Amino acid sequence: MRVAIITFPGSNCDYDCYKAVTDVLGGEARFIWHRETELGPCDLVILPGGFSYGDYLRAGAIARFSPILAAVQQFAADGGYVLGVCNGFQVLCEAGMLPGALVRNRSLQFQGERVRVRVENADTAFTRVYHSGQVVRLHIAHGLGAYVADAPTLDRLEADARVVFRYVDERGAASDAGNANGSMRNIAGIINETGNVLGLMPHPERSVEALLGSTDGLGLFESLRRAAEGTVGVAQAVGRPDWEAGV
Amino acid sequence: MNEYRLEVRITPRAGLLDPQGKAIQNALRSLDFETVRDVRVGRLLRLQLAAESDVDARAKAEDMCRRLLANPVTEDFDIRLDGGI
Repeated sequence: MRVAIITFPGSNCDYDCYKAVTDVLGGEARFIWHRETELGPCDLVILPGGFSYGDYLRAGAIARFSPILAAVQQFAADGGYVLGVCNGFQVLCEAGMLPGALVRNRSLQFQGERVRVRVENADTAFTRVYHSGQVVRLHIAHGLGAYVADAPTLDRLEADARVVFRYVDERGAASDAGNANGSMRNIAGIINETGNVLGLMPHPERSVEALLGSTDGLGLFESLRRAAEGTVGVAQAVGRPDWEAGV
Repeated sequence: MNEYRLEVRITPRAGLLDPQGKAIQNALRSLDFETVRDVRVGRLLRLQLAAESDVDARAKAEDMCRRLLANPVTEDFDIRLDGGI
């Protein structure tokens, strides 16, 4: 898998993504500075977490006009996979590549903690090695992560199974108590209509090695690797993912 | 072309929870300003720009709001023209 990781001024999770792709998955990754205009050959583009342009104006609002974004939009329009994590999710929303917006956490605080997230749809290129309903533990690290959209948009996302991740409580229920940041309908991650652009606030790249305390985020990268290499099988969506069982 | 000064006020959309405003409201209440019914926190931008006319200046600012300054999902904007300089 060849991965292009976009670095904006203020990105700070680009190296974590690089390590996840190269050291853990054995893929190829390279950084692309936001002033560049071409991606080069790649199977996946990652917009990493951080604070592009210091979150000035609104998170992601200025990064959205970086020269490389035109190439990313074209790549997505051609069916390429694009993953936006945290600030990357905010950029995707600001760029209109995903609906809705991310606003200040209900707590008013920057929250850096491990939360429970339920995989709502395991039938996507990003989640295929998980199973639907599986609860994973992932880190969040954001102050502006509450997902908002108008009611028709939310209804459409739900009806099309485009809510891919939801914050849940210890019982696995999408309750108010389990809602990490006050997101509407506990939404933690969504996918676009064509299923090739996904944004989420939690950081899967921070949970890819036992040393980091959890490997729950690895499934997302593993799913993308299989999608990129065309080795996606239906059976992988069922039961425990084989990377989890140590196969 | 003339120089114009404009104020752009950006506020959270009505109906959208504004936790910052809520926290300030609670702080005001704790200072015995119990009559405060609601607080909404927005941004104020002061623009200085060259334009052909009042109408042109306002049209330019509206275009800026739509394309960058405000997020239509979460924010409303309001433009006030301070007149020519």
